[in-house]
Amino acid sequence: MNISLTDLLGAEFFLYAILAGSALALVAGPLGSFIVWRRMSYFGDTLAHSALLGVALGLLSGSNSQLSIILSCLALAWVLEILDRRSNLSTDTVLGILAHSTLAFGVVLLALSDSPAVNLEAYLFGALLTINSTDLLWVLGIVLLVAVLLLTYWNALLATTVHSELAQIEGINVNRMKLLLVVLIALTVAVAMKIVGVLLITSLLIIPPAAARQVATEPEQMAALASALGVTAVFAGLLGSFYFDVPAGPAIVVAATLIYLSLIIAPALLRR
Amino acid sequence: MAQLRPSTTLGGPPTTSGEAPQELLLSAHGVGKSYGERQVLKDIDLNLQAGRIVTLIGPNGAGKTTLVRILLGIAQADAGQVQQRAGLRIGYMPQRISLESTLPLTVLRFLRLGFAGSRKQALQALETVGIAALESQQVAATSGGELQRVLLARALLREPHLLVLDEPAQGVDVAGQAELYQLITDVCAERGCGVLMISHDLHLVMSSTDEVVCLNHHVCCHGKPEQVSNDPAFLDLFGAKASGSLAIYTHRHNHEHTIAGEVKPVGE
Repeated sequence: MNISLTDLLGAEFFLYAILAGSALALVAGPLGSFIVWRRMSYFGDTLAHSALLGVALGLLSGSNSQLSIILSCLALAWVLEILDRRSNLSTDTVLGILAHSTLAFGVVLLALSDSPAVNLEAYLFGALLTINSTDLLWVLGIVLLVAVLLLTYWNALLATTVHSELAQIEGINVNRMKLLLVVLIALTVAVAMKIVGVLLITSLLIIPPAAARQVATEPEQMAALASALGVTAVFAGLLGSFYFDVPAGPAIVVAATLIYLSLIIAPALLRR
Repeated sequence: MAQLRPSTTLGGPPTTSGEAPQELLLSAHGVGKSYGERQVLKDIDLNLQAGRIVTLIGPNGAGKTTLVRILLGIAQADAGQVQQRAGLRIGYMPQRISLESTLPLTVLRFLRLGFAGSRKQALQALETVGIAALESQQVAATSGGELQRVLLARALLREPHLLVLDEPAQGVDVAGQAELYQLITDVCAERGCGVLMISHDLHLVMSSTDEVVCLNHHVCCHGKPEQVSNDPAFLDLFGAKASGSLAIYTHRHNHEHTIAGEVKPVGE
């Protein structure tokens, strides 16, 4: 391949991909940190799987796909909350049932919809290099909303995460904060689907924070570093995807994982 | 029954005669709570006043923590009322906390989670509880005694009128326990705040407690420590041995230890 890096960066499709991926990685840092701290990664995964059901329902009803994904994610978060309180099954069983049943329903409904435009692989593994300007605007809009809410409620969210009871006595509405976090995850998952696909969304949310944890000493440091590592993974993954002709979503996750591994291994090597 | 009850039910008269009547901070009247069929609390009356230390004792499962949660307003009572003085600020020290190991958090940042003031004030609070050197240590790496002091510092930063402590010396070694209780007593005396604490360490807390409330779903007995320790209801619950262990604390120390273990004269 003899396209130079400058030409590549100047290409519209690549610019869109870089912008959307980086924007997502920026909020995935702090949001993913909360998912790691609150042990919610399976919850995020379940929401991601249900996004496919949202796509199918959107196609069948003829409504905007991005909107139907967001709505189905929020609806699933709500159902989860009810089931978790009412059911005699443990949370991880409830999550396991919903994650895979919504994915299966999604695949079945997509097959039934008979729509020629459906590319299942794009939904499962993402199609970052094919996003258009409308997709980009959705990503940027949602990311901006999530970022503003995260910054506004950062301290309250963090206090709730560290010790819910203490936060409540100090005057924080902890139930509202827990709900806010669920909504933020649902929104992020909904736009991340186009970028890395339903099967890989959680990894983009939790691998950069897990890598950042290796060196961070403060929560804010971990969140910011996770954002930086996420953006790095998006750049590396996209370049790798282009030059080695591999799918972009998995390439980004591979890059993030290599960063994580090197942060674990490097200190061990340095100590020898 | 909307009015605040006078302090006669439980609070009793002020400790020293001639002192002005203490300000009522929080009062509970007829508080009851059930979980399904099981009645955990029944008809509890309790008054908490500025400058007084009330200790809640009782066997495991007696409803102590439930009562405290109701008083704090984070659990609802089925019956009775809890009234807080308008604008009451409560500092709460929860039972030993465990922190998620994936969350990096220094002691200083932990303090500032619940407090919007300056870094200097946070450092002063650490100084007050004797752990100024721990400012940038990870909370997860603190020892049992240090962590309890960190929690106390966070509670004190709110400049509370009332300090509520749920087994503050849990996970602290024996020598550290007496010191921690002394610290709590001193700080509260200095600031004039009221204290409610749950404690199993009868022999350690009795000497500084103004009133003991012995709880086993209802208030079995209450009063000054020496009264309670001879009360038949108390002896019934804890046995004569517990009463004897209270007497142990009547000896006086001629020295204390700092948290680092150095010996220092009393009162320094």
